[in-house]
Amino acid sequence: MAEVRRRLLATLLAIVAALPAVAAGASDPAPSAASVAASAAATVKFAAPGARPTAADPALEARMLAITGELRCLVCQNQTIADSHADLAVDLRQEVREMLQKGETPEQIRKYMTDRYGDFVLYRPPLKASTAVLWLGPAVLLAVALLALVVVIRKRARLADDQFEPEPMLDDGTEAVDAPPRPGSLA
Amino acid sequence: MKALKFLIPLVVFLVLAGFCAYALVQNHDPHEVPSPLIDKPAPEFALTRLDQPGQTIRRADLLGKVWMLNVWASWCEACRDEHPYLVEFAKLKALPIYGLDYKDQREPAQAWLAERGNPYDASLFDANGRVGIDFGVYGVPETFIIDKQGVIRFKKIGALTPEVLRDDVLPLLRKLNG
Repeated sequence: MAEVRRRLLATLLAIVAALPAVAAGASDPAPSAASVAASAAATVKFAAPGARPTAADPALEARMLAITGELRCLVCQNQTIADSHADLAVDLRQEVREMLQKGETPEQIRKYMTDRYGDFVLYRPPLKASTAVLWLGPAVLLAVALLALVVVIRKRARLADDQFEPEPMLDDGTEAVDAPPRPGSLA
Repeated sequence: MKALKFLIPLVVFLVLAGFCAYALVQNHDPHEVPSPLIDKPAPEFALTRLDQPGQTIRRADLLGKVWMLNVWASWCEACRDEHPYLVEFAKLKALPIYGLDYKDQREPAQAWLAERGNPYDASLFDANGRVGIDFGVYGVPETFIIDKQGVIRFKKIGALTPEVLRDDVLPLLRKLNG
């Protein structure tokens, strides 16, 4: 029974360790800044001449989308400002265009955003006391899970053979694991 | 010690369940992001009055008194729910209430106030939403309390309720004016 418990524990820890990774995957910044930039450039081609003078500069548009692709839209929360069609996101994209035209750096633009909306807008929040669990939690859980795995494996290695359940036997008395599959058997 | 080892999975489960229960029970709205603007100076602004396009109101004009900034718009659904409470609250004359008419047009906005009552000492007309952005507005209605030194002391995202006005706004006012 101890064996079963140990196996359960190891499995559980592995699942717990995997959870943050899954969560991180789910909230991953949409890696589509480049593709959005491409589609924006395509849109520009079809736009009426002079309709959107700021979008007429594909380089500026690409820089704008690279920055807003890492900023969270506060209205829809799971989209980036680059992706979102929310009114506020449209305004903020325009704001970023104008800031870039004035020669402001991406750092200045990110500060502009966090001054107003907090670290929550950043898909890559800074490492500080309040975000330490977010950044270090998955690594700590992974370390705990690996440690548990090592402990369990080393314990098992020290156990005598008779502590394990016998391997299932085939009809002819050989162990199923070691025996080559017999012709016609599904195993 | 060894005898208690079988409890470890249970403890792990309880910790996870605790996090889930916390998220469920404490009525947490993920849309309410804590504002970094609390205890920071209110942003500068200079906007015309909704009813008098010729008259400009600036941040400096409102220094020296505790005042409320309520962000609203005639297109905003939740503002309709909030408005009666605000009209009622204005009758207490507890503090000057300024509106920020966010990304709106003058005529529908004025008609909206004429129909529903005007609780505002004045509404600032923010046609392109720039001042709204500076205040970090992302979900209209929003309400700010700004102290005599022009520092933001309170922010409510979403519609005001009588409970918020009674339990948060009025006690804060007593503190700031006392």
